[in-house]
Amino acid sequence: MRFGVIVFPGSNCDHDAYHVISKVLGQPVDFIWHEQTSLGEYDAVILPGGFSYGDYLRAGALARFSPILGAVREFAARGGFVLGICNGFQILCESGLLPGALMRNRGRRFVCQFVHVRVEATDTPFTHLYRPGQVLHLPIAHGEGNYYCDPETLAELRRENRIVFRYCDAHGRVTEVANPNGSLDHIAGICNRERNVLGMMPHPERAAEEILGSSDGRALFQSLALVLAVTARE
Amino acid sequence: MRATVHVRLKKSVLDPQGQAIHHAVRTLGYEGIREIRQGKYFEIELEDDVSPERARALLEQLAHDVLANPVLEEYWVRIEEESE
Repeated sequence: MRFGVIVFPGSNCDHDAYHVISKVLGQPVDFIWHEQTSLGEYDAVILPGGFSYGDYLRAGALARFSPILGAVREFAARGGFVLGICNGFQILCESGLLPGALMRNRGRRFVCQFVHVRVEATDTPFTHLYRPGQVLHLPIAHGEGNYYCDPETLAELRRENRIVFRYCDAHGRVTEVANPNGSLDHIAGICNRERNVLGMMPHPERAAEEILGSSDGRALFQSLALVLAVTARE
Repeated sequence: MRATVHVRLKKSVLDPQGQAIHHAVRTLGYEGIREIRQGKYFEIELEDDVSPERARALLEQLAHDVLANPVLEEYWVRIEEESE
């Protein structure tokens, strides 16, 4: 099992992701510079949070032209696991690996706080260790996290159970007040049709140890490690 | 040859920046302004050997693939008269 954390110029959560994989999961992990063109030896890659290319043009818009994105596309097409967190989610949307886009927050402000999200789909390699409807306490830190897609895409996401996380209150109720950025249908994370690519605005890697105020994000990485361990045995 | 590309959020998409500017403008006392929507504007200088037809095709492609995100935004390409 080998994880990779892709580093773009301007990534700033790459070390957090690396830390979770190496120290919390105890699994091998490498940093992958964005100019690399192959992901040959990896089983799962993380596109971390940050401000790739200074968010120039649009958040995530320029990172999608990095050489590594071609490799990520191929990797995803052959079933490799891809997790995009925050800026990583923006890059996945910009590159078309996930549908929709992340707009400026409804309230215009950069939002940096702990929120609650509800696990809506547990039939993914990233979330199978959670209970359906489980409420997680995770931090967010973004200016453009307001998910948007056209009505047909939203209908498809719902029909195929691809909305993986929704913003909610501490009791799991999905309310307008609990929506920190105006996201359509309170969406905090979605996956692709094949369920091997997940994008999410909250930061599970910053909430994987009690000392950080929450360890609710840990099971996401453990879910992935378990799937990889089982796959390796087969 | 010079060209410009305008990009703005689709009408159906909320523009919080435009709203904020509009709000500030009203607070400052400007009257008669119903709405402000913020967009982006690109000035593009083309190589001399590019024909206007080729330039249009090229820039439509560029706007669609790079300068705008068609999920949220719409764009206009304008090829300006060749400078004298």
